[in-house]
Amino acid sequence: MSSSSDVVGGVHGQAESTTAKLSFWDGGSLPYSIPSKKLGMWLFIVSDAITFSAVIFAYGYLRLAAPDWPRPFETSSIVNATVMTFVLLSSSVVMVLAVRASSQGKVGSAVGWLLATALGGVLFDILHIREWLGLIHEGVRPFQNPWGTPMFGAAFFTMTGLHMTHVTIGVIYLLIVAAGYRAKKLSPVDVEVSGLYWHFVDLVWMFIFPLVYLLSAKMA
Amino acid sequence: MHMENTETAGFKVIFSVWFGLLGLTVCEVFLAYRALPLVTMFVILMILSVFKAALIIAYFMHLRYEQPSLFVTLIPAFIFVIGMMTVIFADSSRLSHMRSLIQ
Repeated sequence: MSSSSDVVGGVHGQAESTTAKLSFWDGGSLPYSIPSKKLGMWLFIVSDAITFSAVIFAYGYLRLAAPDWPRPFETSSIVNATVMTFVLLSSSVVMVLAVRASSQGKVGSAVGWLLATALGGVLFDILHIREWLGLIHEGVRPFQNPWGTPMFGAAFFTMTGLHMTHVTIGVIYLLIVAAGYRAKKLSPVDVEVSGLYWHFVDLVWMFIFPLVYLLSAKMA
Repeated sequence: MHMENTETAGFKVIFSVWFGLLGLTVCEVFLAYRALPLVTMFVILMILSVFKAALIIAYFMHLRYEQPSLFVTLIPAFIFVIGMMTVIFADSSRLSHMRSLIQ
């Protein structure tokens, strides 16, 4: 038979446990020790990564299945794409600096780095559009080209176009975050979350660059 | 309430990763001009890309410094999905072989 102090202790323990459960289900704790905005961005990134993976796998399938896949990329195009890679990787490092500055409360510095990152994105887009215009000038269309498998144009424009759209959205996103952070309407967490998106855009290019450009480089 | 993990990579680590990524990119460009069979080239380039992606996720996206539970929630399921997608490459290779026989 339990004593009265045991009963009181048991009730008290139960009450504590109930409070803990309530605070958990009320959103009082962070199971991953990160803000919910950041978790939301991670979940978006995973879902978007699956979309990109499907496109990348479709491109890979077509590339390996077609013996007459065009190899239109001259050395100048490979150099251009390598510079684009350099620009995107460098903008990612600059984004890390923006996140670091915002976490230290350096508003001016963080905004400056955010704008520099957005500038990298704009430069990437300009170089990419130049590449597109060059191919269009040579006669590449979604379902025809002068060299080989007609699907090349559709596959190339779909994959690089999807990525370029992400870069463009990223630039707009960074500018909004920079303005909001400067006006003290957004917090360092918002800067960090925008950084996650930007690094993801960079990450996807690490697959597109070798798959699209390097595997179709014109041999001397 | 749990506090967010504030541990981050230092400047030295971040710039080392950046140089590493640039170095791997140069290796990829160098490989592109080697006369390797297409499938071999594809596999090598994709392995290098996965390695680059892992560096970006771990250091730039900070996942290395987050709670392990976040990694466990996000990454294995994603790898499983990607693994399921790779089954199409067997058909791709079969198609390429059949086309070369016809030609």
